[in-house]
Amino acid sequence: MREFGYLRAPDVSGALALHGADDGTRFLAGGTNLVDLMKAGVERPERLVDLAELPLDRIEETAGGGLRIGATVSNSDLAAHPEVRRRYPALTQAVLAGASGQLRNMATVGGNLLQRTRCAYFTDLARPCNKRTPGSGCAALRGEHRNHAILGASEHCVAVHPSDMGVALTAFDAVVAYETLDGPGEVPLADFYLPVGDTPHAETALPAGALITAVTLPPAPVAARSRYRKVRERASYAFAIGSLAAALDVRDGRVHDVRLAFGAVASRPWRARAAERALTGGPATAEAYAAAADAELAAAEPLPDNGYKVTLMRNLVVAVLTELAEEAGR
Amino acid sequence: MTTATRGTAAPGAVGTGHTRIEGRDKVTGAARYAGEIPFGDLAHGWLVLSTVARGRVVAVETGPVLGMPGVLAVLHHGNAPRVETQYVGSLGPPDPVVGLFQHDRVPYAGWPVALVVAETSEQAREAAEALQVRYETEPHDVGFHPEHAAAYTPESVMGQPNEAVKGDLEAELAASAVVVDERYGTPEEHHNTMEPHAATARWDGGRLEVVDSNQGSRWVAEELAHLFSLDLASVRVRSEHVGGAFGCKGVRPHQVGAAMAATVLDRPVRVVLTRRQMFSVVGYRSPTTQRVRLGADPDGRLRALGHEAHGVTSKLFEFVEPSAGFGRSMYAADAHHSVTRLVPLDVPTPTWMRAPGEAPGSFALECALDELAEKCGVDPIALRERNEPAVGPVSGLPFGSRNLLACYREGARRFSWADRDPRPGTRRDGRWLVGTGMAASTFFVGAAPTTAAVTAEPDGTFTVRITAADVGTGARTALTQIAADALEVTPDRVRVRIADSDFGQAWLAGGSMGTRSWGWAVLLAARELRERLALGGAVPEEGLTARSDTSDVLAALAQKERHSYGAQFAEVAVDVTTGEVRVRRMLGIFAAGRIVNPLTARSQLVGGMTWGLSMALHEEAVRDAASGAHVGADLAGYHFAAHADVPRIEADWVEDTDDEDPVGIKGIGEIGIVGAAAAIANAVWHATGVRHRTLPIRPDRVLDAAGAPGTPGAGAAADGGPDRA
Repeated sequence: MREFGYLRAPDVSGALALHGADDGTRFLAGGTNLVDLMKAGVERPERLVDLAELPLDRIEETAGGGLRIGATVSNSDLAAHPEVRRRYPALTQAVLAGASGQLRNMATVGGNLLQRTRCAYFTDLARPCNKRTPGSGCAALRGEHRNHAILGASEHCVAVHPSDMGVALTAFDAVVAYETLDGPGEVPLADFYLPVGDTPHAETALPAGALITAVTLPPAPVAARSRYRKVRERASYAFAIGSLAAALDVRDGRVHDVRLAFGAVASRPWRARAAERALTGGPATAEAYAAAADAELAAAEPLPDNGYKVTLMRNLVVAVLTELAEEAGR
Repeated sequence: MTTATRGTAAPGAVGTGHTRIEGRDKVTGAARYAGEIPFGDLAHGWLVLSTVARGRVVAVETGPVLGMPGVLAVLHHGNAPRVETQYVGSLGPPDPVVGLFQHDRVPYAGWPVALVVAETSEQAREAAEALQVRYETEPHDVGFHPEHAAAYTPESVMGQPNEAVKGDLEAELAASAVVVDERYGTPEEHHNTMEPHAATARWDGGRLEVVDSNQGSRWVAEELAHLFSLDLASVRVRSEHVGGAFGCKGVRPHQVGAAMAATVLDRPVRVVLTRRQMFSVVGYRSPTTQRVRLGADPDGRLRALGHEAHGVTSKLFEFVEPSAGFGRSMYAADAHHSVTRLVPLDVPTPTWMRAPGEAPGSFALECALDELAEKCGVDPIALRERNEPAVGPVSGLPFGSRNLLACYREGARRFSWADRDPRPGTRRDGRWLVGTGMAASTFFVGAAPTTAAVTAEPDGTFTVRITAADVGTGARTALTQIAADALEVTPDRVRVRIADSDFGQAWLAGGSMGTRSWGWAVLLAARELRERLALGGAVPEEGLTARSDTSDVLAALAQKERHSYGAQFAEVAVDVTTGEVRVRRMLGIFAAGRIVNPLTARSQLVGGMTWGLSMALHEEAVRDAASGAHVGADLAGYHFAAHADVPRIEADWVEDTDDEDPVGIKGIGEIGIVGAAAAIANAVWHATGVRHRTLPIRPDRVLDAAGAPGTPGAGAAADGGPDRA
């Protein structure tokens, strides 16, 4: 077997020191994606630094009604947390829509954000992939791309980010906190993922060797009435072909506040700001929802076999916002 | 094990539910499978498959790999032992993929080009992944479509005529008041048994011994004897427990590679396939396109039944997925024409997969009949009843028991079919459109020559020896029940030993013929033994053994149309705004002869129906046109139904006795999948008003079809034919 070093970090500073911003070192959290990629030969780390003992598995309330979620909180614990369920129900729904019970027990919040695309060409070493091997080409562009991006992609990569959790976090303006050997930093999730451009292999704004320590959710009263809807090719245990995190606050028939984020349409969870702008202050009607979705999807550049995603996302926006408005009216 | 009867004088094990004899061993992990049986001095082989779709191997850079830790050998076309592939086995010539490393040609992506053998499986894998193989590539062709220039019509399928003609199809179509002429498509589908293929081979006193996971140890032994030019007596194959087979567990590269390496290294060698390797070296179900033409009188009486199917084979070898044959025994019509054509491509050779022919064929024809029922304004069950034949519609032969009408009646009663509003697209439950559909199933009934031995032991117990295979179905338990009844003892006094080629000639677990073929042989031997025991006298120390061979009784069997039948019902919910299809319930009522073990029989039928659900909504292997290789050849990329997709599924059966049949057992291995996908597709039409003629019925297809203006409503359709090869 391919040998690699395995180290256990006692704490955050220890983890950073053990990593040392070394190219061949990877942090290991739940391992639900990294270990698979190691088996496939996509990831060939020389060393793993296991984060299991780090004290980052807590969810704390912040002043004003937000939450600070430790980076090694498991998916299962996040979904079950009473304050997550009360303040950000779409986040619980998103987490529970992903993977399986066993995987959610292992998978962590930080790891979820850093998971890699499930584009089948990315994990097939015999095929070109710019994300895996920069400059080798994109096999999906003219190949199998039914579940690839319609927004924000480039001719170099059309892969989508697979996270469900990240879609809900994006809708609620999450901020990623990290530590480096040079000190702490933070970056809004909206800026966390880099544009695809001609560097699809460079995925996040994290500095080399940085360790995600927490994800902070600012207070968002609108999020208390939120929903995550995921569409996939079977009822469970499949990645989304399109998903939506939505929150809606309607007052006197008009949209007071709204959050919309799309999943499985881009290389990152896609905050639908154009749609939010189109809706805010306007009437809470199905026609307005559809027009808002169209405003967002005007930028879509579907490939030959994934144009259905435009229809799907438009339909999801209308259906979920209609549901949220009806439930609020009851 | 539970038994319904006690006492030697009251047989009656057959027909009562028995848990699997080896069930406890399996769930506790005590049952060992082929890949986990310990061997001293065991070495491990790892296959290397071609990454190019056509060309030849120019170089296998063994040097660096031979220097890696633990590596013992690298077998490839330049150094592998020769094997004989020019033979005709009991089921025909071998798939050329078992002619391992005999030449430098690469006929498709995933062709085995080397086997790396090392002290541990991990070392073998690392070395196999590091092995550099250089190729000279040639243009490949993996695009399947019926108009392909190389399409041709095979002469026969497993010795039966491929083309069936009765009457003048075109004339009857022209004279028909109502005509359905549609194309249907099914994708490439893969077996994906829970247990991947695994074999350990070793030489023991001049005999090749193989511990394997297969569906016929005698069959595999025969094939290995041919390949390695050995006497059959010099090969022993055992396969005690098997984690699924479905048609893909015959002789395959893993046994051949293990035997080659055991020969070269003179020590035991194990080869286990990975899930990804299974996608290219164990066979699969061919994709199909099928044109069905039905012509009928206004009341739905069929005048014409035309079924022209196309499938794929490799350029190396002819395998026919005989999809067009489904209607030949099912429906009376003045004219029949059915034929399956093949398109040879640079792809692996397909093979048998649960209900070969009937599974895709029933999808096309049973959907077309639903369309005819709609056009005629006739209930789909009434339409089928109207076209029930008195004798074989093409063969003219009398039927064995044919209780299809009873399946319709019982199914309709339990599914409340009489309350069904035939209009499509009219029932809503929240965001879901709801509909119901039905289809018929059939599978042929056969038996093949088999030998068995039953021994009375001095302690009053009995031992049955037969080269049967229990591929997870409960065959061992069923044979115990059959033997117990024939011996007039309780099952706990019968020990059934199976899956050892030394036990003699026997049919394999395939063609739904296992229990019928094996059970027959066990019955004959047990009856003879009982007669000999009835003569009195003590059982000698070595036991008293009676042997049987069913060759003669099978040859004497009258020519008949022998089939099992079924009626499948499904209720689905469709959200046309997201494309999601959910099956809410399924009911299958079967007429399948004597049911030996209701407990395992129900599981097998429900399993088949579940696979039909999977076929309808999920399963599809995708080939990349540029590379000619699969995309996402693993269980993340190849979707089948997850638990959450599988609703309440009921399977049951009607009385189906045939007084003229000596055993009355028909076999239930395949029929559960037949018609299930059609019932679901017909229910999707009933829910939405849209005909989906291409499987699987994916969300994007539902969305694209619903995107047409004016839908949901009758008349819209998503037409057949795979949209990508």
